[in-house]
Amino acid sequence: MTEMYVLRVNGEEHAVADAWLGESLLFVLRERLGFAGAKSGCEQGECGSCSVLVDGTLVCACLVLSAAAVGTEITTVEGLQPKERGEVSDVQRAFVETGAVQCGFCTPGLIMAVHALLDREPAPDDLAVREAISGNLCRCTGYGRILEAVDVAASARRGAGA
Amino acid sequence: MSVDVDTRVAGGIGQRAIRPDGIAKVRGEFSFAGDLWADGMLWGQALRSPHPSARIRSIDIGPALAITGVHAVLTADDVPLNRYGLEHRDQPVLADDIVRYTGEPVAVVAAEHPDTARRACAAIVVDYEILDPVVDPERSVDAPLLHPEGNVFRDLVIRRGDPDTRGPVVVEGTYEIGMQDQAFMGPEAGLASPADDGGVDLVVSTQWLHNDRDQVAECLGMPPELVRLTLGGVGGAFGAREDVSLHIHACLLAVRTGRPVKIVYSRAESFLGHVHRHPARIWMRHSAQPDGEIVSFESRILLDGGAYRSSSYHVTANAACFAAGPYRVPNAYVHATAVRTNNPPCGAMRGFGVVQSCFAHEGQMDRLADACGIDPVELRLRNALAPGDELLTGQRIEGALPVAEVIRACAALPLPAPAPDDVLARPGGAGRTADVGDVRRGVGFAVGFKNLMYAEGYMDGSVARCRIDAGVVTISCAAAEVGQGFVTLVQQIARTVLGVEDVIVAPADTAIASAGSTSASRQTMMSGGAVEKACRAARAELEARARGGAGDDHLDVAALTADSPVDVTDEYHHRLTHPLDADGQGDAHVSFACAAHRAVVDVDPELGLVRVVHLATAQDVGRVLNPLQVTGQIEGGIAQGVGLAVMEELIVEDGRVRNASFTDYLIPTALDAPTVEATLIEEAEPGAPFGAKGVGEPPTISSTPAIVAAIRAASGAACTRVPVRPRDIVR
Amino acid sequence: MPVIVADSIDTALAALAAHPGATVIAGGTDLMVEVNDGRRTLADVVAVGRVPELAGVRVDGDELVIGATATFAQLELPPTAALAPALAYAARTVGSPQIRNGATIGGNLATASPAGDSLPVLVALGARVALAGPDGQRSVPVSEFFTGPKRSALAAGELVVAVHVPIRRGPQDYLKVGVRNAMVIAVASLAIAVDLDARSIAVGLGSVGPTPLAAPDACAWLSARARWRDDGFDVTEDDVTGFGERVAAAARPIDDHRSTADYRRAAVQVIARRALQRCAR
Repeated sequence: MTEMYVLRVNGEEHAVADAWLGESLLFVLRERLGFAGAKSGCEQGECGSCSVLVDGTLVCACLVLSAAAVGTEITTVEGLQPKERGEVSDVQRAFVETGAVQCGFCTPGLIMAVHALLDREPAPDDLAVREAISGNLCRCTGYGRILEAVDVAASARRGAGA
Repeated sequence: MSVDVDTRVAGGIGQRAIRPDGIAKVRGEFSFAGDLWADGMLWGQALRSPHPSARIRSIDIGPALAITGVHAVLTADDVPLNRYGLEHRDQPVLADDIVRYTGEPVAVVAAEHPDTARRACAAIVVDYEILDPVVDPERSVDAPLLHPEGNVFRDLVIRRGDPDTRGPVVVEGTYEIGMQDQAFMGPEAGLASPADDGGVDLVVSTQWLHNDRDQVAECLGMPPELVRLTLGGVGGAFGAREDVSLHIHACLLAVRTGRPVKIVYSRAESFLGHVHRHPARIWMRHSAQPDGEIVSFESRILLDGGAYRSSSYHVTANAACFAAGPYRVPNAYVHATAVRTNNPPCGAMRGFGVVQSCFAHEGQMDRLADACGIDPVELRLRNALAPGDELLTGQRIEGALPVAEVIRACAALPLPAPAPDDVLARPGGAGRTADVGDVRRGVGFAVGFKNLMYAEGYMDGSVARCRIDAGVVTISCAAAEVGQGFVTLVQQIARTVLGVEDVIVAPADTAIASAGSTSASRQTMMSGGAVEKACRAARAELEARARGGAGDDHLDVAALTADSPVDVTDEYHHRLTHPLDADGQGDAHVSFACAAHRAVVDVDPELGLVRVVHLATAQDVGRVLNPLQVTGQIEGGIAQGVGLAVMEELIVEDGRVRNASFTDYLIPTALDAPTVEATLIEEAEPGAPFGAKGVGEPPTISSTPAIVAAIRAASGAACTRVPVRPRDIVR
Repeated sequence: MPVIVADSIDTALAALAAHPGATVIAGGTDLMVEVNDGRRTLADVVAVGRVPELAGVRVDGDELVIGATATFAQLELPPTAALAPALAYAARTVGSPQIRNGATIGGNLATASPAGDSLPVLVALGARVALAGPDGQRSVPVSEFFTGPKRSALAAGELVVAVHVPIRRGPQDYLKVGVRNAMVIAVASLAIAVDLDARSIAVGLGSVGPTPLAAPDACAWLSARARWRDDGFDVTEDDVTGFGERVAAAARPIDDHRSTADYRRAAVQVIARRALQRCAR
């Protein structure tokens, strides 16, 4: 199908050409636009590895019809983090330093979910964090270090007077 | 451990070193095999049998070839040598004239778009003559042969002492373990590229590069040198990547089309495309003295190996050798059998046969405690194995095995507070099914142990290379990093031995010799050992070059390698082991590790819903090499134990998987994971590099029975099957 | 295959008329699962997620008017949380935070699964589904909307526009039985709504029949026996037990890979009792 549409990703416009209009946003981001940070773990919205922000809201990119996302602001992990290679956000640093990263497949989706949580709720308690990340499956860590990473990041933000 | 090393270097052994790929992973820049891309790349897809047992009358690939964008359609005739298998080549790359399980690959397609490839597969016409599948493992032994090599993968007997001796207290039970899946997050993926020399280069997520390489080479009819494998980023493994999956398919298509071919499994295909944990039916009978001292142990273990052998032979041995658990048993008879059926093939999953046995023997220990009127923890202490004792196989425990210590340490950890008054903290969560008065709390305790490394005389080894060039240290090792943090350990070892902080870990590939599989909790010893040996040899050469001679604690590594590099390759082997004889006796194992778990659960007995609140554990780790990573292995393993206890089962009916998706194969979310408190018991393992033991498997072994024991305590339900379903609790 | 992103109900209806058989998509949380799985091929698509008239939740007299594209994340909040709390409870159990941010009540209705999380609540509250189509607007009571498993009264070329939910004075609750504490399809679910003014109790049942079910006999029986006050009601232990039995009798569960009919019936009995006891407290 030779159709063309434009998606706004991480603040920049990207043309999507020669695409089948039934492709998911996840497929287009990864295979056509080169944003490989969002991962394809289930294509059913059950694992959260493909989590992105659409108009500031956390969603599974595998469930978004790409051609219907025209006119929205899409943010991927590439857009959330510092541009400089090797630089990380406070949440990303907390994940690395607490041992919350093992295989890393679930990690970008979790980074998105945690950023979305802390931007909305700066002092979530344990159950609130668990609920906020309940849509992100992790098979390696058992979530213990992840919960600590969130606590570290949230505490640091509060300590910094944010 | 040698004292002539620089322990002042940052990020050395014992420290909370962060992993070298951590930043790339959090930034989404770490390349998993599924992220690979090549110019001119085609997408591969397999067509899989919808039937558990059938004869293929004919295959018509014409309709698939006619689709625009399809470059190749291959069947069995296109495979130069159509047999592969992890240990034993009993499995066709593409089905010949028989399919033996639902999901068995029948054909493969390469096309320009993944959707085109899927449509092409759907267009292939396969004429099946459907046969009656053998799906009951109890019937398999007497059923018609499902395979020329027979229906029994292994039949193993262990006889010790006089099994007819009985103590006055007798307890017996039958236990069932359902089919668990490894369910790693990163689906199978790989990219095969044809090479100019007529060979093929494959980048793939796997646990064992060289074993894969050998199978690919054999099946393609190529010498091993023409098949080069590089490890692609692995999204978890847990045993499911030890067998070949897409490897040969991708390479065949690349060679046929002359183009790079990428294969990525969907989640549903992933569930069908790898081996699972063996479902098991286990009968046990213990007899004991009135004070709880075990007199005799008998067990019958039946493992459903599914359609092909994979690692069933060794899973059977593990289930049998460790069937009685970490206790002194003077008299025993164990009969363990793994059979072939038309169910999905089973093989390695973290815990490897011991998970199943431990669920059974810990249920037995609680029955025994009850029958003797003894506290369950006390009963276990009374029978606890210690160094100097013998296993069921007659092997004397020579190394460290602090069973009594892990029991005491775990039991001493404080119990958690009552659940906060929040619906999310109760069973049922946001489903609001339970009020505070509907919930009962229960506590359960379990202990387990397992072998580390392979067994029964297998000559295992690993190779590592240390190159220091103008002060830059590069370590090469083919050990597969699957998330467990081996790459971090490499750096820590090199830093400690060489006194240098910057250590590059080279990508893992088949250019270096084999490091063996990332499984059996073996890499810390085998490949950690190889890295240590290579680094020590490098250090020895540095010391020889240094004008001051040996004895200098600090070496100017940059200066000493400015003119010429140091480049050492070394290998590590563990001590010899021996096969088991006709009575299952022999010095078959290298090393052991044990762990105890205490679970606290909240149960809603009227609905049978469970919240696993807290897991306390004490684990025998030899020596902590990296506290962050040990904690990660313990918490992650416990989560898998929670899954097997209360929610994970691949439901197979008449040979068909009913729930090949995350919608209905449920793994724990953050709202299901308990709080974990762990105590690490460090008794150095003699002869092991740094005295350390592998830590990946013990957390999955006794966590499940501890949780089920807690559910029994809270509800009074017998719960002799895992996963425990709500209807098993409701009375 | 065009994807038409509609900006008004009229545009959407015109697109549906111009492309018979077109698929309507809002959040895509049911539809895209099927597309990704290869079980549904998309031809023409009309995306309605950005039609302003379909969005939002507003109070209109004694009704809560919930736009078809209101997401479950929105339905966890006021005014829904205050005026139809059972719906807010149900919304919190839908999928995951990611799913709740995309999934819509219109989609829940159009998919018409017997396991749809909001549907038992709409049954219990006696909601009406507002539809728009080539022949104009019409309103269908929820009790008539579901015609079979994943089948509804939605006709070709029609759109779900809104659901009108009566605002009832009285306690409400929602109980959903699932094996996992998050992201789980209900094995059995129940919504209960008490109308202190009409002195009646209504329930809706999920996952225990080919469609969401009511339990009219059980509710009539209980409503007559309850001792009503202006600010609440009292029931005896026998009332509670009898209610549980009668609600369970209204269920028509099946065995499937998620659970058994026996368990589902027993679970309905338990949650019916508990729901009633909570409302009576």
